[in-house]
Amino acid sequence: MDPVKPTRTGVRTVSEPDHGENHASDGTTGEATDESGGTPVEAEDVDGALAALDGAGLAGYNYAYLDEHTKREVRRAVLKAIAIPGHQVPFASRPMPLARGWGTGGIQTTLSLLGPEDTLKVIDQGSDESVNAANIRRLAERTADVETTTDTTAADVIQTRHRIPEEVLDRDQVLVLQVPVTDPLRKVDPSDAANRRRHAHANYGKMWVHLYENVVEYGEIQVASRYPVTVAGRYLMDPSPIPRWDVPKLNDADNLFLFAAGREARIYAVPPHTDVEPLAFDDRPFQVERFDAPCEACGATDTYRTAVETDEGDRLVVCNDTSFCLKRREDAGLAKDHHLDRDGVDWGPGTPDADDTDQEPATNGGDRT
Amino acid sequence: MTVLSGTGLTRLYGDPCGDCESLTGDDAGRNRCPACGTIVACADVSLDIERGEVLGVVGESGSGKSSLAELLALERGEGHSRGSVRFDGYEGNLLESDYDTRTRLRNDDLALVHQHIRDGLTLSFSGGGNVAEKPLAAGERSFEAVRERVRSLFEQLEVPVDRMDDPAETYSGGMQRRVQLARALVTDPAVVVLDEPTTGLDVSVQARVLDTFRRVQRERGVAAVVVSHDLGVVRLLADRTLVMRHGRVVERGLTDRILEDPHHAYTQQLINSTL
Repeated sequence: MDPVKPTRTGVRTVSEPDHGENHASDGTTGEATDESGGTPVEAEDVDGALAALDGAGLAGYNYAYLDEHTKREVRRAVLKAIAIPGHQVPFASRPMPLARGWGTGGIQTTLSLLGPEDTLKVIDQGSDESVNAANIRRLAERTADVETTTDTTAADVIQTRHRIPEEVLDRDQVLVLQVPVTDPLRKVDPSDAANRRRHAHANYGKMWVHLYENVVEYGEIQVASRYPVTVAGRYLMDPSPIPRWDVPKLNDADNLFLFAAGREARIYAVPPHTDVEPLAFDDRPFQVERFDAPCEACGATDTYRTAVETDEGDRLVVCNDTSFCLKRREDAGLAKDHHLDRDGVDWGPGTPDADDTDQEPATNGGDRT
Repeated sequence: MTVLSGTGLTRLYGDPCGDCESLTGDDAGRNRCPACGTIVACADVSLDIERGEVLGVVGESGSGKSSLAELLALERGEGHSRGSVRFDGYEGNLLESDYDTRTRLRNDDLALVHQHIRDGLTLSFSGGGNVAEKPLAAGERSFEAVRERVRSLFEQLEVPVDRMDDPAETYSGGMQRRVQLARALVTDPAVVVLDEPTTGLDVSVQARVLDTFRRVQRERGVAAVVVSHDLGVVRLLADRTLVMRHGRVVERGLTDRILEDPHHAYTQQLINSTL
């Protein structure tokens, strides 16, 4: 007789000698846990298995959702990525409870880093309140038992999609960026094999042609997001779809940036105080976005702004970083480095700086050439 | 002074048995080894190219001309390659050099114009972009300087300058050929290898492409290896000529001498069969 046999519904049932007991009330039987930490399910079909798990809560889940081996593997990839700034390091990329491409790489990296003492912030395109951000935050809250916050300055780990916060990050913070496309060269050649060879030999001529043609077409480099950068003078890196506004923040920062792509199973990093240089021509410098009007909510002129539509159907141009905008509404003069006891912290375009306060902040692009 | 020299250049396609080279060649009248079926594309070809001179390579289709051109231009082809390629200013046998040396050489000093346009150009890029790629890859970072260089090359090679920002795939065949020549010449190389530079062009366009190339070649003092099945092309461009058959050089000498006084039976046949 087959001891274990797939049933019609695809659920593997465990045919132990029936001892007449029903564990359906909690779905687990402490002593029945097998070596790998999995829990045998005693049920006849899928409905029965689901019913057995009803109300089980987090029983059977490891701390921070992922098992320890997975977390260790991710941390190893992170360490290797830090050791080779800008180089794409493969990692196993487990299935997560949401589709790949929705931030699974970021979640795996975040969960591998978190400990119970940490505070987590999750940003989705500048907003703390999008469904995806709220769900990721809740997953970490429930499985990793961490505090969450919307305040950038209070967070230890920040997972973000397509933005770097306006407030300056410091050396104790880690920013985890979700990455949809890891290789900047894919824009110019879809072959990953050829692109890996180009990275190996730092052969980036094709990307330069792309920029050349961009200037030919627009008179200046108009790459809206995913602006290619050179990391530590070696690897060409895709900084994820952050706006050009955020690209200068990567250069010589105090904090660690981790980039994780779940679908592509790659992790890469920009360690603190690494040179990150956006690709540009000597006579066509890198420029950040230009804005005509200040934020209509807080009046800021030194932040990245986007248009939002209100419930009444009005179109407002407001700060994209909602948590900092809320702070600015309380205190309009709040500096981006208000929480640090240092002056002249350079963080992206238009950061209040003791040396050039007379410069018009939002129009000064490419301030780090 | 010799810029580029090749010694004992050999390329075999297949699984060589060891006797391939003695069983093939002009005397044997074949280039496919009867023992193991290996194709001996070219065997034991030696040549020197002086600064500023043009060397022609003629022969019928399948005689090993393109394999020789690929070896000289350090293209990584399939098959077994032997022999040595030396280039003025570079150390050692370049067929055994690492990727970096080869890339540097091919960016700065040696250019190949491919027989097939698709191998030489990225057709989705603009014509100007294709030419700009080489100085950009070599580290030029001034947009205006690159653009000016591309523009002046387009003018010299008679490619319409107002088309330079259109995708190369929208160009006519003759324009694509000339863009390939511009791309080869943009970094002022010492040697250009042209593999069938006029394939697929009608006679009048052929004449114009060759004419402009000859003019630019003389102005810049570029040495060239011109591979062609067409004696007319070689007659027009080459100072010296090699005649190839079954993967071997059967005759070599000044182009005029070869055309007026061919020694080898095959060369005589080749010249007599010109339409």
